[in-house]
Amino acid sequence: MEEMDEIVQEFLVESHENLDQLDRDLVDLEQHPGSRDLLASIFRTIHTIKGTSGFLAFGNLEAVTHVGENLLARLRDGRMTMTPATTDVLLQMVDTVRELLAAIEETGTEGAVAVGGVVDRITAVLDGDAPEAVVEAVVEPVEAPVEAVVEAPVPQAPETVPAPEAVEPPAAPVAPEGAEDTVSRRTVADASIRVDVDVLDTLMRLVGELVLTRNQIVRQAADVEDQDLVRSSQRLNLIAAELQEGVMKTRMQPIDHLWSKLPRVVRDLGAQCGKQVRLEMVGRETELDRTLLEAVKDPLTHLVRNAVDHGLEAPADRVAAGKAAEGVLTLRAYHEGGQVVVEVCDDGAGIDADRIAAKAVDKGLRTAVQVQAMAPSDLLQLIFAPGFSTAAAVTNVSGRGVGMDVVKTNIESIGGTIEVESSVGRGTTCRLRIPLTLAIVPALTVECAGDRYAVPQVSLLELVALDADRAANAVEDVNGAPVYRLRGSLLPLVRLADVLGVESDRSDGHVLIAVLHADGKRFGLVIDRVLSTEEIVVKPLATRLKALGTYSGATILGDGRVALILDVQALARNALSAEVLDRQAAEQRSASAAANRAEDQDRVLVAGIGGGRQVAIPLSSVTRLEHIPAARVERVGSREAVQYRGAILPLLRLDRHLGSVTEREGDDLVVVVYSAEGRSVAIVVDDIVDIVEGGTGTRSDIDDHGLLGSAVIHDRIIELLDVRAAILAADPHFYTATLHGDVPALEEVR
Amino acid sequence: MSTRLVTFTLEGRSYGIDVTAVQEVLRGLPRTRIPLAPSALAGLINLRGQVLTAIDLREQLGLPPRPSDQDPMLVVIRVAGEPVALLVDSIGSVVDVGSEQFEPPPDTLNGPTRELIRGAYKLTDRLLLSLDVDRAIAA
Repeated sequence: MEEMDEIVQEFLVESHENLDQLDRDLVDLEQHPGSRDLLASIFRTIHTIKGTSGFLAFGNLEAVTHVGENLLARLRDGRMTMTPATTDVLLQMVDTVRELLAAIEETGTEGAVAVGGVVDRITAVLDGDAPEAVVEAVVEPVEAPVEAVVEAPVPQAPETVPAPEAVEPPAAPVAPEGAEDTVSRRTVADASIRVDVDVLDTLMRLVGELVLTRNQIVRQAADVEDQDLVRSSQRLNLIAAELQEGVMKTRMQPIDHLWSKLPRVVRDLGAQCGKQVRLEMVGRETELDRTLLEAVKDPLTHLVRNAVDHGLEAPADRVAAGKAAEGVLTLRAYHEGGQVVVEVCDDGAGIDADRIAAKAVDKGLRTAVQVQAMAPSDLLQLIFAPGFSTAAAVTNVSGRGVGMDVVKTNIESIGGTIEVESSVGRGTTCRLRIPLTLAIVPALTVECAGDRYAVPQVSLLELVALDADRAANAVEDVNGAPVYRLRGSLLPLVRLADVLGVESDRSDGHVLIAVLHADGKRFGLVIDRVLSTEEIVVKPLATRLKALGTYSGATILGDGRVALILDVQALARNALSAEVLDRQAAEQRSASAAANRAEDQDRVLVAGIGGGRQVAIPLSSVTRLEHIPAARVERVGSREAVQYRGAILPLLRLDRHLGSVTEREGDDLVVVVYSAEGRSVAIVVDDIVDIVEGGTGTRSDIDDHGLLGSAVIHDRIIELLDVRAAILAADPHFYTATLHGDVPALEEVR
Repeated sequence: MSTRLVTFTLEGRSYGIDVTAVQEVLRGLPRTRIPLAPSALAGLINLRGQVLTAIDLREQLGLPPRPSDQDPMLVVIRVAGEPVALLVDSIGSVVDVGSEQFEPPPDTLNGPTRELIRGAYKLTDRLLLSLDVDRAIAA
């Protein structure tokens, strides 16, 4: 009783509304006894209540409405005509129904409301019984209709009431909780009203405007030395905030509105795929803005279908794998950090990262080298790449190659994110992170080239301000790509002015960096000025502007001017190439792999290559360091080579390979001899700087052609040489020949 | 058959758009430029809390840029329910023109702007060019 079933609640609200209509209709009917429309409307209302009460097992209610319906059916079909007597019994019926509903609302049961009398009277009218019986009925109810209904028929009840549960012992007192409880509790119908969604949307828009105006006033008040104005503006600030929250709440709906449709989807799909699925839902009451709810509907359904179709195995396979035949699909929703997290978990076969990799290569989405370098968790995210589908067979349900990428696009379009986790044999979890609401977001306003832009706070990690002196040293570059050392690790920098193709008006050398994260990557956005943080109301952009992929919307700032909202996700995607992102993952992997190997693997040789650049070469492959006279360099075709210990060493000038210019003068070359399985290559550098330990601690994806990335070693940025690529540049057959154990002799090369 | 047009000028020429498409006429509001957008998109304006895209008709019609000291007028039109602001030099008046005054654009008018001009109404003292609003804002 403390938590009344939701279905019953809805039934009550609906029925109360219907009954009000019914009263009006019945009175109207007396004026226009022949109106078929009115009769049909009344009939429908009673019919609905009858149907639902039967379904909810309210036997008395059903009994009353049943006879009422019979009577109405005859009236409607013209087999009986309206008389004051019929109107009276019908009104009595309505009153009884009301009482029953009240009892249900109070106690959850039909209580002690007796219905026999009404049923009898209606039956009497139905049977065309003596009008005098009706006359009595007319007189009685006018004076005390309620008592008449409740008390009079009690003695007869046992014979006529079809539903025996009418006399349930615990329900005997109508309000067992006591009077104060009854008073304090508003009836369901009074406590909730139906509001047109448009009205809510209008309200929301107006609140948006109010928030804007508030921002304007708060801003102006700050400039004026008027204590009263400041105080009232603060008050306005508070009230607007509360109002905003309140209106936002009206638009919130529990996610159960979406989920309630899923059991059917899962059941049907399970039957179709021959799978046994148990659906579990946790956090049904988690609330979400209704527009978002609508936007999440399709992606969520898709994920659920996917989980049943691809995620869960057939019962036989599950039993063979030592799992219960019945698969469990769990939906979980909860609030976390101003966002709503929705998870779709299955305990199925999981996703095999290797299969994903093979597929990605197969479909040409990534190269074999790329996938090799990717961590398993990153490989999994490939399922969101356009044109990817791992279903071995295309089924009716899913696996048409559209889907996961659409899911991702849809989720991202509402400012959400999606990620997938899986362990083979144990299951897969898809996690959606969705903002609570779309309409109003906290944002940082920044300035660039005299224009103001808004950056959603959700993407903002921190702000870094560098004065001219520090900026000169702190912002370094890796072959032209600017980076900043943020607590020891390299943060790639993106200049907003460059991205937007505008001229920055910051000429004093100060650098302001907004550290942002998007798609799981961090980068620094260099801006001219930071203005403030404020709540902004997101206004949609014309399609044409959205297509630019740089802005996610517009907003109106405190002074009434429009500012564009930067699409941080898109910025990250555009500024950091996909390859770089893949390599970032690769480095993490190679770093961890290196840690497992012998210690000398971690030592690197640091060499200068001119232009102040330094390159690190893994020491493990370096066999010797030599000085050789420049005159000894000979040409073999287009390549340079040098004779070394009776063999020909292909020569690679690292400065040229990496696009630098040597600064070394003199007639000898510094050569790093690099060997593997009998073949050697001579790498020419400017000078040997050092041999250092580690250097793998701080790495970054800032790189360029021929580089694996960069690292901070002894407080300098060192570029990590892609040795493989460098070797291949000098000796294209270096690796293949080694593989075949084919050690070249002098003659062969000649 | 007569049509009612709102007239405005661009580079000394008269243009007209159907009066029913026009929502209102405003004097220059502050515009926020949109980096990376096509040059014809002259910025975003705040019209009573609504964000509108402003389209520079000079740019669209291939006319020279407006002198910087000249403040443009804004003609707010509704296309498919969406308000859009057109930047024009000055506003003329509302005139009634008849179909007998109309003539399609001469064959010598070609290039991208031909699409945007429906034709000309021959007024006694000048030609009033009828603008195809849908195309003018779509390009």
